[in-house]
Amino acid sequence: MENKYVLKMEGITKEYFGNKVLKGVDLKVRPGEIHALMGENGAGKSTLMNILFGMPVIHSTGGFGGTIEFNGEPVNIENPHKAMQLGIGMVHQEFMLIPGFTVAENVKLGREISKATIASSVFGKSLERLDKPAMAEDTRVALNTIGLGVEDYAMVAGMPVGYMQFVEIAREIDKTGIKLMIFDEPTAVLTESEADRLLDTMRVIASKGIAIIFITHRINEVIEVTDSMTVLRDGTFVDRLETKDTTAARIAELMIGRQVEKLVDDMEEDNRKISDEDIMLELKNFYVDMPGEKVKGIDLKLRRGEILGIGGLAGQGKVGIPNGILGLYPASGEIHFDGESIDPTKLGDALHKGIAFVSEDRRGVGLLLKESIEQNITFTATQIQGKFLKHFGPFTQVDYKATKKHAQDMIKALDIRCTGPEQYSGRLSGGNQQKVCLARAITMDPKLLIVSEPTRGIDIGAKKLVLELLAKMNREQGMTIIMVSSELNELRSLCDRIAIVSDGKLTGIFAPDASDAEYGLAMSGVTEGGNA
Amino acid sequence: MNNTLNKKTPAELVKNFVSDNKVILMFVVLSIVCILISGANVSYVAGEVFSRFGRNTCLVLALIIPCMAGLGMNFGIVVGAIAAQISIFWIVHWGFVGVPGFLLCVAMSTPLALLFGWLTGMLFNKTKGSEMVAGLVLGFFAAGLYRLFTLYIMGGVIPYDDPNLLDRGFGLRNAFDLTGNLKYSVDDITFLTTASVLGVVYLLYTLVVYLHGKKFGEGVDTKKFVMQLIAGAVVVVFGIVGKMIPFVATKLGKNRVILADAVMLLAVGLLVYAVVLFIKNRPAKGTPAFNKVLKFAVLAVILFVTNMIPGVNKVYRSVRLPAMTFAVIAFFAAFNDWLVNTRLGQNMRTVGQNRSVATSAGIDVDKTRIIATCISTVLAAWGQLIFLQNLGTFNTVQQQDNVGLYSVAAILVGGANVQKATNKQAVIGVILFHTLFVVAPLAATELVGDSAISEYIRMFFSYGVIAVSLAMHASKKGGKKAKAA
Repeated sequence: MENKYVLKMEGITKEYFGNKVLKGVDLKVRPGEIHALMGENGAGKSTLMNILFGMPVIHSTGGFGGTIEFNGEPVNIENPHKAMQLGIGMVHQEFMLIPGFTVAENVKLGREISKATIASSVFGKSLERLDKPAMAEDTRVALNTIGLGVEDYAMVAGMPVGYMQFVEIAREIDKTGIKLMIFDEPTAVLTESEADRLLDTMRVIASKGIAIIFITHRINEVIEVTDSMTVLRDGTFVDRLETKDTTAARIAELMIGRQVEKLVDDMEEDNRKISDEDIMLELKNFYVDMPGEKVKGIDLKLRRGEILGIGGLAGQGKVGIPNGILGLYPASGEIHFDGESIDPTKLGDALHKGIAFVSEDRRGVGLLLKESIEQNITFTATQIQGKFLKHFGPFTQVDYKATKKHAQDMIKALDIRCTGPEQYSGRLSGGNQQKVCLARAITMDPKLLIVSEPTRGIDIGAKKLVLELLAKMNREQGMTIIMVSSELNELRSLCDRIAIVSDGKLTGIFAPDASDAEYGLAMSGVTEGGNA
Repeated sequence: MNNTLNKKTPAELVKNFVSDNKVILMFVVLSIVCILISGANVSYVAGEVFSRFGRNTCLVLALIIPCMAGLGMNFGIVVGAIAAQISIFWIVHWGFVGVPGFLLCVAMSTPLALLFGWLTGMLFNKTKGSEMVAGLVLGFFAAGLYRLFTLYIMGGVIPYDDPNLLDRGFGLRNAFDLTGNLKYSVDDITFLTTASVLGVVYLLYTLVVYLHGKKFGEGVDTKKFVMQLIAGAVVVVFGIVGKMIPFVATKLGKNRVILADAVMLLAVGLLVYAVVLFIKNRPAKGTPAFNKVLKFAVLAVILFVTNMIPGVNKVYRSVRLPAMTFAVIAFFAAFNDWLVNTRLGQNMRTVGQNRSVATSAGIDVDKTRIIATCISTVLAAWGQLIFLQNLGTFNTVQQQDNVGLYSVAAILVGGANVQKATNKQAVIGVILFHTLFVVAPLAATELVGDSAISEYIRMFFSYGVIAVSLAMHASKKGGKKAKAA
């Protein structure tokens, strides 16, 4: 009995539009076991869980390959309803709760207890009257099981986030015949003590014979609570380990372990003078309130002439840093830039003082999709610095000749593949759009260039071109660059130093050739420090 | 979770009350100011408001269910009104009059409204997020089709030989007269008849519940059943015997009830209810049950005393109420309440709050929204029938045009918003909106000295009300957000 699996997924493959995201993944979970599913962003964890839960997104994109056995029998999970019937429950990352409902109503959502009425015997079950006392009763039982001290009639709106998480769990527990629960990064939004409570609750649930799949980035939690784990990397199955046979460093290595290929190879000449004395940008106690990417107090120094990488997992705050500096989201703290101080609450202040920003949201913030390439390349410089303008007394007109000339130069210099400067930027491929964004930033002659996720959503070849371009600007024009990216490999191939951000705080600054384990631990927020 | 946090000082309570009810309070103040400026006779205003209340409330109550399902204010009730008007053309043409005629109108408009509601619901599902605009435009579109129907198809395509037809052989006359057929068919039902009818309905209901309970073995309370039978029978007998007692017959046997008598009746009813509650439960002093009894008793006394004040009594005496119409309004409100407590109602609330959560809980979102729209459209059709039988004559081609606008304005004045609307808000809203509707033009005439201005004032006023209450709601919401941040 001991080794019989409640869930056995074998050889799972999945393609999204020709892009293989899962390449033969196995996942086996025993009853009453807490099993961690580990991997970086994009390793395929969510896709695997979506397959298990029968989400419509899987079946509307051509289904998947491989077999699923649940409770020893092969099953075909074609929709979430079927998954629920089998006894698979999911505690979602973003809460599936109705704030305006009471705890009991939320726990019983879609599974209300009701009594037959005259109308229901004529018009069907949907007109049955709700049996609120019975619903409250069941809810109390579920709440007691996980030890949550709230009333069943309390409104969910206004509860602390941690409580909401527990209400979600109570809902899953309340479902009869639940055999497997999926926790999708449940501790990401919790405070430390709440997270501890959650881990305790998971042990209680597991002790009742319910298996748990625990998705998390926090290695220390995995060590603390799980029995076994499966590690994924780039959609491939890496290993299945028993927790007691392994260490945190080993897990981190398995998660990251990839060959760092030098994307930028012609770096033979390095005449730059970088010194710890010559600081270009300094952040002190810097906070940014960007939803999903909160920065919670960062001190960081940027040396003139270097390329600084900022890495970390999604949602940990690395993207918040440039957005905060540019004043796109509410920010506080001190920013010292080249002898001046920048007021992050004033939109455009950073732009005026010579910082150019290439946003991670290329199509949303970065480009005017329905405008021409030349417009896109020049409009920031025109707006902020008054370039490309003809003056007629108090009136100004855009100098279209100069604009076109400049755009043509840029198209040539950056090798933007297009039909001409008049083409709409929305019609370009991702890589060429990114080049237009970079061209716009260069047009401003910035002292500092910040690029955020410069290679997101563009193909390998274009990636290489963009990175080479960044290196060239740094080497040849001496431009200081901050590069924010989720792809650690990219950062390691290009940057002089890499700062890792976890949970809104800096967990270390490393040299590009630091070990995988060091990076892995810093990304999961385990260590403080660094050596570069 | 923490009760000490919820305790507030009186000043805070007042502040909260004002900020929670600022829309209503604003319109109360506005009404009072207008009444003072216009110098209108209070009896006149009260009479007008009560008659408009009977006429409009059903239509306004039709807005509550779609709001609950997250569809916002259903401007699409215009199509329900159209269903009602089409059915009237035929029922009147076929020569049915009075109560049977009205019931036939209900029977004919219901399937029409269901069809229209289903189509409306499908449109709303295609325009998620902008249902209000879609509903508004749909109303204009439907009104255009309806004009084609009344001005050409009636008589032009469908044979329709009726004095209401224009001399050229097709198209209906501009005004459709209901005098002598449907006018007051519901309003004129006396209080005593209403009581008998309701008594019989109640008896049938308890009987069916009893038999249903027995059949499905849910356990039946025979003692309670007998008590219910007796109570129902008493009401029926009162309705029949009352007609033979001269005093009761003159007070309650006529086609309208004087408000003064209704107030007295209500006071006596509340008092009896309070006594029954007290005897039945014998609550100890200070318990919530005891406070409830006390509340009803005090309310009864207040009603009784106001009726004794000569000035108020004079106003009370001048207002005449239609008994059955008010019973129908009560039925609409009770239906809304009942639906909330069903599985379907809970699904609607879920869908209204968050569609993706509803989907993940296994609720068919689109279907739920269509059902909500259908119910609303049917209620609106019935509401329009009540409206028209009271009005007595209607503008054949454009009577329905303002149904959505006025109903939405009324419920918003009552403090509702596009996310939440209740029966109470509908009732308060109708009273406030129509008070202003009556007195604002009077006040404007008094100020400007031109009586022709009143129609413009009403138009400006209705749209203004919607804009203002939407803006006030938005500012309320914004305030909450700022606090949370």
